[in-house]
Amino acid sequence: MTATADKSAAQAVETVTLTIDGTEVTVPKGTLIIRAAEQVGIEIPRFCDHPALKPAGACRQCLVDVASPGPDGNLRAFPKPQASCTMTVTPGMVVNTQHTSEEADRAQKGVMELLLINHPLDCPVCDKGGECPLQNQAMSHGRPESRFVDVKRVFEKPLALSSEILLDRERCVLCQRCTRYSKEIAGDAFIDLQNRGAMQQIGTFDEDVLDFDGYRPVGAAAEDEAGRAFSSYYSGNTVQICPVGALTSAAYRFRSRPFDLVSSPAISEHDSSGSAIRIDHRRGAILRRLAEHDPVVNEDWITDKDRFAFAWQNLGDRLTRPLVRKDGELVETSWPEALAAAAAGIRAATAAPDEDEEAPGAGVLVGGRVTLEDAYAFQKFARVVLGTNDVDARARSASDEEQAFLGSQVAGTGLGVTFGELEKAPAVVLVGFEAEDEGGVVFLRLRKSLGRQKIVTVAPYLTRGAQKLDATLVATVPGREASALADLPADVRETLAQPGAVIVLGERAAEAPGTFTSALDLASSTGARLAWIPRRAGERGAVEAGALPGLLPGGRAVSLKPARAAVAKAWGVEALPSAPGRDTAGILAAAAEGRIGALVVGGVSASDLSGDVSAALDAAGFVVSLEVRRSHIAEAADVVLPVAPPSEKPGTFVNWEGRLRSFVTAIRTDAMSDHRVLDLLAREWGVELGTGTVEAVNAELASLGAAGKGERPAAPKAKAPRPSRAVKGTAVLATWHQLVDEGALQEGEPYLAGTGRVAVARLSRATADALGVAGEATISTAAGSIDLPVVITDMADGVVWVPVKSPGSWVARDLRVTAGATVSVKGAA
Amino acid sequence: MSESDEVWKVNRERDGKRETFESNFPKKGPIGEALAPVAGFGVSLRNFFRPTVTEQYPRVKTPPMPRYHGRHQLNRHPDGLEKCIGCELCAWACPADAIYVEADSNTPDAQFSPGERYGRVYQINYLRCIFCGLCIEACPTRALTMTNEYELAGPTREGLIYEKQDLLAPLGKNMLAAPHPMVPGTTDGDYYRGDVTEPVEAQIDWVREHRPDDATLPDNREQEREASRG
Repeated sequence: MTATADKSAAQAVETVTLTIDGTEVTVPKGTLIIRAAEQVGIEIPRFCDHPALKPAGACRQCLVDVASPGPDGNLRAFPKPQASCTMTVTPGMVVNTQHTSEEADRAQKGVMELLLINHPLDCPVCDKGGECPLQNQAMSHGRPESRFVDVKRVFEKPLALSSEILLDRERCVLCQRCTRYSKEIAGDAFIDLQNRGAMQQIGTFDEDVLDFDGYRPVGAAAEDEAGRAFSSYYSGNTVQICPVGALTSAAYRFRSRPFDLVSSPAISEHDSSGSAIRIDHRRGAILRRLAEHDPVVNEDWITDKDRFAFAWQNLGDRLTRPLVRKDGELVETSWPEALAAAAAGIRAATAAPDEDEEAPGAGVLVGGRVTLEDAYAFQKFARVVLGTNDVDARARSASDEEQAFLGSQVAGTGLGVTFGELEKAPAVVLVGFEAEDEGGVVFLRLRKSLGRQKIVTVAPYLTRGAQKLDATLVATVPGREASALADLPADVRETLAQPGAVIVLGERAAEAPGTFTSALDLASSTGARLAWIPRRAGERGAVEAGALPGLLPGGRAVSLKPARAAVAKAWGVEALPSAPGRDTAGILAAAAEGRIGALVVGGVSASDLSGDVSAALDAAGFVVSLEVRRSHIAEAADVVLPVAPPSEKPGTFVNWEGRLRSFVTAIRTDAMSDHRVLDLLAREWGVELGTGTVEAVNAELASLGAAGKGERPAAPKAKAPRPSRAVKGTAVLATWHQLVDEGALQEGEPYLAGTGRVAVARLSRATADALGVAGEATISTAAGSIDLPVVITDMADGVVWVPVKSPGSWVARDLRVTAGATVSVKGAA
Repeated sequence: MSESDEVWKVNRERDGKRETFESNFPKKGPIGEALAPVAGFGVSLRNFFRPTVTEQYPRVKTPPMPRYHGRHQLNRHPDGLEKCIGCELCAWACPADAIYVEADSNTPDAQFSPGERYGRVYQINYLRCIFCGLCIEACPTRALTMTNEYELAGPTREGLIYEKQDLLAPLGKNMLAAPHPMVPGTTDGDYYRGDVTEPVEAQIDWVREHRPDDATLPDNREQEREASRG
């Protein structure tokens, strides 16, 4: 329980007592009749009512008879049935629903008849058929036969709102759940009611629908790939809340029926929020994913990526059997042979070439997508079997400062700032973090307290997401976040001093030296709390598991002897390697120089790393890859061990709050988890790694616990860099991942990709003029270049922004740099 | 004395008490009594002069009653488009879980049935089917009906899972094989009301353009007829 929840529970709640269908019920003041009825188990049919949305009274299906005491104390009935979803309870009110009042029953039946007048009743071809509230309630509260003999109103079907969301206006009952959701929750009011009377319909801002031109969205609207003014990362939720089949998704269109599907609860593998989802699968194939109601994490909503990006794990390049390189070709082989070959190869590659020469080490790249258990197994394998601290789960830019911060403030600290506390925080400062692009449902939580919360974003420009949060911009050149935090305006500091204020640090805080130090200073001087919200699902778990070069499980520092001794004792080994480990970039560089002989690589996409992955893979004597699919790294590996995707294994993601989000196997296959594969591989050395099952790993993690006194690394102390002189023809690169882009886990889903935003280069007017750029720009480094259309944006001068991995803009692969680097910008020829 | 001996003894005592059986049929007269040993031949004799009921099944196939529940058939609209829309209501209704359907979207390049949806995969497992006909009642487009074909046996299990091509009704006289576009200017509603009676020139042109070798094209039918004549 959070502190705030305790407080509100302690406050006396004013209650109201009323009678519903002869049952007396006491509910808090301000409760809607429909909610009060739910509490006594009386179900009133409804379409527009949704507990997470504001009352609308649009569909009129929930009509009930209401009588309440007048001024004289006598019960006075309302002349007509009232909508129970908009009326709040009053003391002594008497409500009669369809169960006890003939009038209410008649009214509901009449409304149902009217709703069905223009409904096409094409249930056999409708995706909602079988799980449709309209279908169900027409059965329970409708007339058995239609009296309507005239021609129904028809519309073109379906209307594609985006490449993913399809609208069938004939089926719509105009409950406005989707438009209210879009306005209230997501803030992307891309659809709205149009026209009047019988022609009233939901539509986009498209002249054809409006039937007259001259109308454009008022606000700034990002464009999707098709160049149309619609883009929302949360549009899939409208499909789930639509009480009829009016909104359907292109990915699930006509794919199956609810009675075909087996539903399994799961946790989304796409971001660090750990959203609860439901996987619906048929004959071992995932057909769709839905949001599960989880009041403490994602409430009722998930991002489109969580919902639609699941095809990646069953694409044609899925690995099911181990591969071993023989005569230059990867060939399928048996598990025992592959494990033996992997062990022999690693041994040979890490053996000293001569007696007097130093033996090359081994390195382990984990990637940020693995579960807590897998990350634990990877780091234990590195430290116990390979005898090295060269293990890093950060397949992105990373710094020692970040590691010191994570070790001292994050790892093993349990539940920190929660979603609920973030929502209630009076002020939130976002550093190196774009809530909409990198936070997923974090954005929805922040938007929920729009108007009650001051949000300050330290970023190069005010993104559309930040605008929707009504955020204040502290325009910052990437890499200079530390000084921006140190020089925050006095009013922002004041708001941060309010109890409950939060400073959010994203994964990009590691790209700007001194940011963590400055954030810690700011937190200690204002009393604000710190939350680290990484992007990938496995990041926090990897930190907890110690899959970082300088961290052991539970936030213990590798550099401290008592910490090493404690872990060594728990693992039953004599000693742990004490030499400081290298981070991802360090491991790749060392491998390229031949100082690392063998690489064990988990779920890492080569295109996410700005280091020279090909050189490292070529130079390394032996590469073992644990992969779900034939990735770039798997293709270059000497032994490839297939592992299970999240839906086919049990495990735990630790979300950014520090909440353990365990999930069980949704689809049973014979695919093994990384931790089990590593356990088997360790046996080739005669080592019992003890990571064979999730239970074993969790028991070991629990017995290890968090770092004790004197075992944690010291808080970071890094200096902010001095601003470098601007060189003519260059700009500082600002870049981050957009939520929907060309990430490895979004492959195979063209409908979702179509809702992504067009890749553009953003420059301020002054910068563009100084660089002589208009129309299109070429951003280049020594490694390569990217050509993108230019959008002039109100932003920090001397900065160029491009997306990290959107179509036509793969920064790490093509430019080999990260944010904060100086790149040359030219107008395209 | 063992228990079974006891039982034997009790049973024998009961036998002694039993009354002898007497039939309540009328007693026959003396002639009847005399002919009784050969009376049974009368039954045989009488049937010599009656028509035979034995069916010479494998050699002579007797048609069953018109509403006999035999093998299923997936019907077509008069222009050759499939009636099945892949709604899975048959699979839902099936008490034996014998039907498996996967639907898909019709596209302008591949229109299999009128409207947006068609059945991409359609399987009936005749090892499971109990021929109850609930699927027929469930079908909203009258795509699924039952034929009178009753010869459903085979040497393999796989062979008794009938796929869509095994179940589809043969193409009628003028029908044009799917996929091809709907009759221009019509909706799926016009098809259901029976307003489409034959393929129109636009559809034939489309097939001619996309599948010039299609055997159901009028020109190709003509050629085939001539070839069979000559």
